[in-house]
Amino acid sequence: MSSLERSDVARLAALARIDMTDADLDRLSGQLAVIVDAVAKVAEVAGEDVPATSHPIPMANIHREDEVRPSLSQDDALAAAPEAEDGRFRVPQILGEEA
Amino acid sequence: MSEHTVDWTRATAARMADALAAGEVTSVELVQAHLDRIAAVDGPVHAFLHIDAEGALETARAVDADRAAGKELPRLAGVPIGIKDVLVTKGLPTTAGSRILEGWIPPYDATVTRRVREARMPILGKTNMDEFAMGSSTEHSGYGPTCNPWDLERIPGGSGGGSAAALAAFEAPLTIGSDTGGSIRQPASVTATVGVKPTYGGVSRFGAIALASSLDQLGPCGRTVLDTALLHEVMGGHDEMDATSLNEPVPACVDAALEGAQMDLTGVKIGVVRELSGADGGYQAGVTQRFDESLERLKGMGAEIVEVSCPSFEYALAAYYVILPSEASSNLAKFDSVRFGLRVEKTTVEKTMLATRAEGFGDEVKRRIILGTYALSAGYYDAYYGSAQKVRTLVQRDFDAAFAQCDVLVSPTTPTTPFKIGERIDDPLAMYLNDIATIPANLAGIPGMSLPSGVAPEDGLPTGFQILAPAHEDARLYRIGAALEASLTAEWGGPLSAQAPELEVAE
Amino acid sequence: MTTMTYEQAMEEFDPVFGIEVHVELNTKTKMFCGCANEFGAEPNTQVCPVCLGLPGAMPVTNDKAVESAIRLGLALGCSIRESSRFARKNYFYPDLAKDYQISQYDEPTCYEGSLDVVLDDGTVVTIGIERAHMEEDAGKNTHVGGTGGIQGADYSLVDYNRGGVPLVEIVTKPITGMGARTAEVARAYVATIRDIVRALDISDGRMEQGSVRADVNLSLRPKAVAGESQDDVPFGKRSETKNVNSLRAIERAVHFEAARQASLLLGGQPVVQETRHWHEDTSSTTPGRSKEEAEDYRYFPEPDLLPVEPSREWVEELRSTIPEHPAKMRARLREEWGFSDLEMRDVVAADALILIAATVQAGTTAQAARKWWMGELSRVANDREVALTALPVTPDAIAELQGLIDEGKINDKLARQALEGVLAGEGSPAEVVASRGLEVVSDDSALEKAVDDALAAQPDVLAKIQDGKVQAAGAIVGAVMKATRGQADAGRVREIILQRAGVEG
Ligand SMILES: [Mg+2]
Ligand SMILES: [Zn+2]
Repeated sequence: MSSLERSDVARLAALARIDMTDADLDRLSGQLAVIVDAVAKVAEVAGEDVPATSHPIPMANIHREDEVRPSLSQDDALAAAPEAEDGRFRVPQILGEEA
Repeated sequence: MSEHTVDWTRATAARMADALAAGEVTSVELVQAHLDRIAAVDGPVHAFLHIDAEGALETARAVDADRAAGKELPRLAGVPIGIKDVLVTKGLPTTAGSRILEGWIPPYDATVTRRVREARMPILGKTNMDEFAMGSSTEHSGYGPTCNPWDLERIPGGSGGGSAAALAAFEAPLTIGSDTGGSIRQPASVTATVGVKPTYGGVSRFGAIALASSLDQLGPCGRTVLDTALLHEVMGGHDEMDATSLNEPVPACVDAALEGAQMDLTGVKIGVVRELSGADGGYQAGVTQRFDESLERLKGMGAEIVEVSCPSFEYALAAYYVILPSEASSNLAKFDSVRFGLRVEKTTVEKTMLATRAEGFGDEVKRRIILGTYALSAGYYDAYYGSAQKVRTLVQRDFDAAFAQCDVLVSPTTPTTPFKIGERIDDPLAMYLNDIATIPANLAGIPGMSLPSGVAPEDGLPTGFQILAPAHEDARLYRIGAALEASLTAEWGGPLSAQAPELEVAE
Repeated sequence: MTTMTYEQAMEEFDPVFGIEVHVELNTKTKMFCGCANEFGAEPNTQVCPVCLGLPGAMPVTNDKAVESAIRLGLALGCSIRESSRFARKNYFYPDLAKDYQISQYDEPTCYEGSLDVVLDDGTVVTIGIERAHMEEDAGKNTHVGGTGGIQGADYSLVDYNRGGVPLVEIVTKPITGMGARTAEVARAYVATIRDIVRALDISDGRMEQGSVRADVNLSLRPKAVAGESQDDVPFGKRSETKNVNSLRAIERAVHFEAARQASLLLGGQPVVQETRHWHEDTSSTTPGRSKEEAEDYRYFPEPDLLPVEPSREWVEELRSTIPEHPAKMRARLREEWGFSDLEMRDVVAADALILIAATVQAGTTAQAARKWWMGELSRVANDREVALTALPVTPDAIAELQGLIDEGKINDKLARQALEGVLAGEGSPAEVVASRGLEVVSDDSALEKAVDDALAAQPDVLAKIQDGKVQAAGAIVGAVMKATRGQADAGRVREIILQRAGVEG
């Protein structure tokens, strides 16, 4: 398994929406490469025949009745919003000028 | 008993509950004593991120009034508690130790918060933690580290260092923790307190800020096994708001603790996990010594000790550090500056999200988000996440085979006593090794406890003893734990926590 | 660049298309929380910690949504997976509260089905269904500034009321070999899905409100040369036109994309694999995200939810509730009712089929039921600007109303007045007739007097009738009806007039 390159970290950071300066990339990519190499050993042990476990305690079909529960008030919903307007959450433009 | 001679902060929660019931003390007095203690020592310890003195006293007053009126009250009514800042508390700031949530006041209560309120326990405040519970030292808190009351230069463990240190510093008799890979048990080990990670699904996760959803489990922290059992029964039980919550009765933890305190373990089979015992080296000598002595004590109470092997545990740490970051990368996406929390405003939404998350998250969080994003990304999923889920199956099979031979498994909780703050901060891999013995339980969903086994002769710092039980058999932890605790405290002449050095008290 | 028409494009190329339809379910609550699933509430009033993606909140699956998804899957001929699960689709967007969508990925609940689609000329086309999976809807962005679109907006506002509304996404297999009928088939397919979800009563099927939304994928490939099978010709690069939200628009989007791609290809330019936005006003598409910025969704099993494992018994029980295929039902009913093709088409277009069927079921003739729903009731619905189904009157009430006419208790004119009362919420037809006093005057002495008065007023008419011009009686009938404010039985009035004239009818 190939180790993680600095350019990979830059791409992943963009995918995860975390701005990274060159200094950040320098610092984190070295550490991440070491960690990635260390955890890559998970691929060594389990073969095709081993099923994956996604839930530690096997259960199924835990569903809810289709019954209305109280919602938050609009004020409570918006109380922590960095910015709100007309009962809605306000965000900067979604497409930039260049788009 | 005259009032000024009793330092209620040193009492167990069980004792406080009895004293309240007997009218020996009021809840207001208990709460005030703890608030005073927090004021006196929390400066240097920094176990709390937020103190709710008025809220705690208000609950205490109401409990006292109801008790005076002869109303029936829950067992722990009036006994104060600290809540890890990972749990949302309506009307009280909740940050999960992150700057990105600074000042957030949730509009709802976690199920466990609600249960604590229904148990009428005054909430002293929110305890410090590694940011989003990522860490084993509480050094990754966005609000500064918590220090170990046994030695303020050392880490109190993590991520629940605040909850453990609050107990060790007598700032609270009970606290709540969350354990994704050892965040309850490892801090308990290094602070000479007791912590339990229940069976996955035994305690509702609704309202616990998620780190890794398939590993996270909330649990009780106390200074004694019985106290921890009392809190476990308050927290546990089915919750329809959490689809992964077990639909079965809460285990009889208190009864099991009382039974264990009889110190009779005849017929009990205890397995020592070879791969977690330090037999291959790498464990601090005093840790191993105290572990071996504890085994002798258990044997002396009639238990049979067998050795078992869990070969796939070798891969558990790697699997954990794939699954956790993967789930975390997704769980932490919602911190996007739109609905709550920090916003670093830029010209577009995307730039705003990029800048907000860059500023709001600490380095460890960023490392793990990137790692998880990588492990889930196209072309890498099978090699990383897919393989890690298979390792999980192997770990479960190892546990199944081991529990076929014994009732509980035991190991030292951590390989070392607490290390110095700053010592491993720049070496993530070394930091991750702290959790080597606690992680397998999270991968398999089984319950685990850490309780004090003594102090290491070489440094005088606490060592922890871990007990693991099959899924749903949480009560076994309390029985074995209480037996060992009874045996040890009989020799020590009281709980180990009483041996912690006196903290300097602020004026 | 050459500009091609759709028809020219179809002569030069072999089109391959696929459609993804999102159906909003009409459950009472959202997919993973108890907030009301209702269209049109004040912004951010149907939200809770779960659908607002607040820290700590957790989803729990709506049982009714699972049931609806399985029923839809069965109606599409799908297999129902014994164990299916949810997955997270990770991407950042302000209307996506958690910045991941809970959907289904590698293990959808319904898979491998097929659906017969009947075209206008009766041709039946079988469409392969790849999967039908459950997921949650996103919230709604409103763009402020500029022209109101996302492009050039100053900022945007987000309402999460729609966030978490249950959806079923139906994905077809690639559809080939339709040639010039591609657009027609695409439209008929979506129309059929809409009819099915309505017949199942799992969605209101309103495309104009976004309850049924379609994404249209289209690519062109060269026609096979002699000796070559068309199946051996590889697919071309495709475009995915998002949110095409009317049947007419589906047809137009296929026309536009086929012509656009053909023009590019004939001009020697490549087709870019991309998503495109549909513009209703200009009937055209423009590029959206291109492939190079394409997201890596990092799907993984949703750890907060458990597998969906419907028992075989439950699936069979649900199978027994699946209604007849709408096209087949239409053919059967047309036959049974004896409607002309035109009548049937109008009935279907007016959404009156189910209403008429229910009215017939309640004991009315098909023609009478059609007359009410396509006549008076369509006029009222039109005036009120609501759907026929939204009128406050039931098929049973219409059947009752017609029954009163058939019994001679009221005439057509009184029936319309009675209907007015029913629509005003005054009660059942019989109750309105009683309370408004609408019964026809059948007291002969009163009618005889009215006839005599009318004959006296128009003396020449009597002579005409007696002369054999019986149709002249109409003027007297009209006068009597006027005098009795419509409450007379016109047939009886006519009999009395003829009696008076000594001409027996
Ligand atoms: Mg989808
Ligand atoms: Zn909701």
